[in-house]
Amino acid sequence: MKRLISSMAATALVAGSLVASIAAKAEDTIKIGILHSLSGTMAISETTLKDTMLYLIDEQNKKGGVLGKKLEAVVVDPASNWPLFAEKARELITKDKVVATFGCWTSVSRKSVLPVFEELNSILFYPVQYEGEESSKNIFYTGAAPNQQAIPAVDYLMENEKVQRWVLAGTDYVYPRTTNKILEAYLKAKGVKAEDIMINYTPFGHSDWQTIVADIKKFGSAGKKTAVVSTINGDANVPFYKELGNQGIKATDIPVVAFSVGEEELAGLDTKPLVSHLAAWNYFESVDTPENKDFIAKWQAYTKNPKRTTNDPMEAHVIGFNMWVKAVEKAGSTDPSKVIDAMIGVSVPNLTGGLSTMMPNHHITKPVLIGEIKADGQFNTVWQTPGTVVANEWSPYLEGSKDLIADWRAPLSCGNFNVKTGKCGGKS
Amino acid sequence: MLRRLTLILGLMMGLIHFDAPPAHADDAAIILKRLATDNYGEIESGVTALAASGLSVSEAVLNALADSRLSYRPSDKEIFFKDASGKWIDAATNVVANEQPSGLKPVKMNNRVRRALDAALGSMTLLSPDPQKRMAAADAVFKSRDANTLSALDNVIAKESDAVVKQHFEEARAAVLILKSDASEADRVGAAEKLGQRGDQDALALLNSVTEANATANIVAAASLSAKGISRRLALLSAAQNAWYGLSLGSVLLLAAIGLAITFGVMGIINMAHGEMVMLGAYTTFVVQEIIRTKAPGLFDWSLPIAIPLAFCVSALVGLLIERIIIRYLYGRPLETLLATWGVSLILQQAVRSAFGANNREVGAPSYMSGVWDLNGFQITYGRLWIILFGLAVFVALLGVMKGTSLGLKMRAVIQNRRMAAAMGIRTPLVDALTFALGSGVAGIAGVALSQIDNVSPNLGQSYIIDSFLVVVFGGVGNLWGTLLGALSLGLANKFLEPIAGAVLGKIILLAVIILFIQRRPRGLFALKGRAVEQ
Amino acid sequence: MTRFFFRHFDRTAIGFVATLLLIAIVVPFFNLAVPESSVFHIPTYLVSLWGKYLAYALLALALDLVWGYCGILSLGHGAFFALGGYAMGMYLMRQIGARGVYADPVLPDFMVFLNWKELPVTWYFFDHFGYALLMIVLVPSAIAFIFGWFAFRSRVTGVYLSIITQSLTYALLLAFFRNDMGFGGNNGLTDFKDILGFPVQAANTRAALFALTALFLALGFLLARAIVASRFGQVLASIRDAESRTRFLGYRVEHYKVMVFVVSAAMAGIAGALYVPQVGIINPSEFSPSNSIEAVIWVAVGGRGTLIGAAIGAVLVNFAKTWLTGTFPELWLYGLGALFILVTLFLPKGIVGSLSARVQRIKGSGAA
Repeated sequence: MKRLISSMAATALVAGSLVASIAAKAEDTIKIGILHSLSGTMAISETTLKDTMLYLIDEQNKKGGVLGKKLEAVVVDPASNWPLFAEKARELITKDKVVATFGCWTSVSRKSVLPVFEELNSILFYPVQYEGEESSKNIFYTGAAPNQQAIPAVDYLMENEKVQRWVLAGTDYVYPRTTNKILEAYLKAKGVKAEDIMINYTPFGHSDWQTIVADIKKFGSAGKKTAVVSTINGDANVPFYKELGNQGIKATDIPVVAFSVGEEELAGLDTKPLVSHLAAWNYFESVDTPENKDFIAKWQAYTKNPKRTTNDPMEAHVIGFNMWVKAVEKAGSTDPSKVIDAMIGVSVPNLTGGLSTMMPNHHITKPVLIGEIKADGQFNTVWQTPGTVVANEWSPYLEGSKDLIADWRAPLSCGNFNVKTGKCGGKS
Repeated sequence: MLRRLTLILGLMMGLIHFDAPPAHADDAAIILKRLATDNYGEIESGVTALAASGLSVSEAVLNALADSRLSYRPSDKEIFFKDASGKWIDAATNVVANEQPSGLKPVKMNNRVRRALDAALGSMTLLSPDPQKRMAAADAVFKSRDANTLSALDNVIAKESDAVVKQHFEEARAAVLILKSDASEADRVGAAEKLGQRGDQDALALLNSVTEANATANIVAAASLSAKGISRRLALLSAAQNAWYGLSLGSVLLLAAIGLAITFGVMGIINMAHGEMVMLGAYTTFVVQEIIRTKAPGLFDWSLPIAIPLAFCVSALVGLLIERIIIRYLYGRPLETLLATWGVSLILQQAVRSAFGANNREVGAPSYMSGVWDLNGFQITYGRLWIILFGLAVFVALLGVMKGTSLGLKMRAVIQNRRMAAAMGIRTPLVDALTFALGSGVAGIAGVALSQIDNVSPNLGQSYIIDSFLVVVFGGVGNLWGTLLGALSLGLANKFLEPIAGAVLGKIILLAVIILFIQRRPRGLFALKGRAVEQ
Repeated sequence: MTRFFFRHFDRTAIGFVATLLLIAIVVPFFNLAVPESSVFHIPTYLVSLWGKYLAYALLALALDLVWGYCGILSLGHGAFFALGGYAMGMYLMRQIGARGVYADPVLPDFMVFLNWKELPVTWYFFDHFGYALLMIVLVPSAIAFIFGWFAFRSRVTGVYLSIITQSLTYALLLAFFRNDMGFGGNNGLTDFKDILGFPVQAANTRAALFALTALFLALGFLLARAIVASRFGQVLASIRDAESRTRFLGYRVEHYKVMVFVVSAAMAGIAGALYVPQVGIINPSEFSPSNSIEAVIWVAVGGRGTLIGAAIGAVLVNFAKTWLTGTFPELWLYGLGALFILVTLFLPKGIVGSLSARVQRIKGSGAA
């Protein structure tokens, strides 16, 4: 009897979902897709971005929506599973008929959905700092390219802290690999010798840093000022910084500048061993501008949590969303092709007191801020670029990409145009 | 350049006890104004100038800067600092302000300024009554190697009574001398030997920089002799350090795996939710710390001892529930139990994610677990030391339970021959339930320890589950010593492979070795023998 | 030969194969021939989605062969699936040619930005489809053979065996994550352009791939059915039920186990190869132990030891996963976990197993 019921239940489940998946409700709203992992390894970073988008859509609806219609968020959970990202993206575009999607975090997830967005001609806003080497017609990159984060950080260390020896420590995947390649070429171009550069890769979630930190200490006591440029990702940061503290490495001896440690990550860390270490971003929660204070107040009210932090990818979504709204109003339509054309040149204020513009390479201009970590998990800005920096999505420091540019305006309309050969190479 | 000036003057100031005529108030204002800027280079030079000035107020101002109590008024570049009682004092005139002056901006700091500050404050304390400060000053000189401090050093060495501090002074002196081109050969050879005695990485770096270009043959010979000695010592140290790392990794593996070994030994099932028991223990620690942080901050150092029994109870309770509700009905079907417990682990992960959020949670280290004990270059981090001791304590306690209590006796009986034990009147279902609770509870206390070295997130369990399995499979069941040996050898092997092959390759090699090992000894290191075991 | 395949063909088997062949024809028809505006149109994304389900069904079938019929609980079958997938992925990457982002005719994009100058040995010949086909079957089989030979010869069984299969897939996961290995590291292989000259994204190709997957599922089923219904299969069942006794009767248990393990691995490899062009990416996380454990639950839900049950279980559970992650994203892990628990507690024979048990009881004993 039990078994019969269970089998019947299973059948009912199948039938019910079939009906549910085929039936579609037509409503007169504009649908926006939110493609962020709500479970799995990336949930830690991405859940807050989903909440940010819901907040932004809510705020826009309070202003009357866009083109007279309300916005509706369609949230899916790709569960940190890369093939599932592609599947959900396809579902969002063909089944839910979203006109734009805000999502992805890791480069794998973006690379997995890229063909989908190109095939179905929809729009993705990608808010996370990444390794560059890409420019797609259907993606707007609101996160930093390496020259908007890594290179200014290295410049700061070289000029302000007189660093002569470099440890490039990263997690073994494409973002650290590419960033380190670019930095290595950049350092050598600046006259740093090969034996003064130590490169090291660890697997995701690496938790036992004793040996590596000891190596860093050894490398750093050769008499020359040493710094660590860390592209260590996510979870591995906690034990890394703890071990640094345990082995007595102070920020004044060997400073560590990180590109993947933000306010969100610091909230879950014991910040004692990190104080005075550095991070490079395009936005800090501690930036003292009226726009930022306003945003933080409204955000904390929306989430009903006065201690809720904000971070750089959130600001990227804020900028991206405002740009999208502006482009839609400029084009008079939500049709992706029209919006893509209207987007170039759109300028919106960022939260650090300047303006952010969408360039023809589908990247935005961003200021670079270097901050020191404070004990309360906030950053103290110690340096920033005088204005905003334009992204070099194709790094001039890498063999394969130094002759490439991206320009999506007519007549070029190409994401990887080779200036030497005068041809649009590779992608259609 | 300015730094050397600072140090000379600082030392002289320390020696002569401010006999030199103090700088005038006007000079003070000028020097102080250099701190009233946003340019780090300016602030740095201001700091060194201040230290060199001999001004009576400089120590107070520099200490205030170090504590972020220093501010300036952009309009007239006046410098103010807040003293211990919270009053604002004008640095140039030493006048106490009645209320906080308006329009103040804090004087900015970065690591460069901080370094200059450390050097300045360090050098000002060469004659400090506090031996720790004197040592710090000596180390500052060691780092800066300023030749002009030589006479000052000779002076303090002669007067120093504390042997340890004297040693530091002499090493600082040696550091200065070794590269000083106009020092006598005898002096420099002596310096090389002194640095050889110091024997650490910094000394080695200095000795290696002595070449034909800046020293005579004798000096170079002495330096390279000392350098070789240091290298040998460091190599030995490095091996010992690796062994230490291996031991600490092994103790972590032991803590994570021992609960699993017990459950597997008695019940023959692999509990896939074991990692989540560890996670629950870690989250218990977090909750305890949160409560202490808000209600009784003074008890922070006790947070771990309080969390341990609580974590044990929480995990044991959850384990008991799992056993009663699910596992009991799957008796005799180990593979199904494996699947069911995997389902439990998914549910527990999601439950914790919903309750606490997907983010990492902050678990702080109590004071006795921070810091490092430097045994002549051999670094023992207190956190890891405590974890090793804790792991051993848990092991001994479990051994005691197994050998000394009646529950332990029953557990051993069931491990050896379940049917016979039941025939002898032992209530095997009860033993099963209690064993599972015990195994889970031990996992919980492992979680308390692991919260100190790893992230506390819902995914915590997943990172330890595979390693725990390997320890159990490698060490064999039925004998706690197997688990101990298995955990320690895996930890040591991992750590010795890491410098050679890198973290990932080392792990892969280890996995391959274990897979091959299982072929040789399918039941692990300490396998149970006997006919009844073939189940 | 036909006798071998069809000797023990009963009604359920015929029904299953017929259904698959029908689906292979009907779904592409309703996708390609029926206009989009019609309510009967099956959107392209569903075609690829169901194709994915069918590939998973083939994996489940392979797993049921070793678990349901031989008692080997492999917690690492996802490794063979992924290896087949990688072989297909490597072929597809070579097909991109000069259309990659860096326009290098030989080297895939990820090798260009890692600054590699030439193709590593492991990638040679992958531009030929025949070679790729060979590798899809050969690589998982070879690894299964080596692993199985060592494991079964040493008489590792039960939970120990499951743990080391898990270690195998975990080790492969770590290895493939390394960028130095030359398989794309964490980014995996993606951005495929065409397969055998047909554009991978086109609706026609997708429909064809779907039909192919259904076909291979039917073939796999036939093969598995033939194996379990033969004498070989009877020995397998006896190994599952009483291994020592079978050994004492004189059968070389290790040989049987290795053989079925290798066949199962090859099937899983083919499933992976069919999966990859439909999903568009292959990445090391396919090797993750949790993927393999999920495959086990598909078989458990459907009914271990029933072949059909395995396939149905795979489709059902993945369907539920798709639905739950879309509708109740925060709840689906609870659902999946509950599924594991409920199935093992209340449905030990799985859905199909329980249904057929009921049918047998109704018919009375003696029915086929």
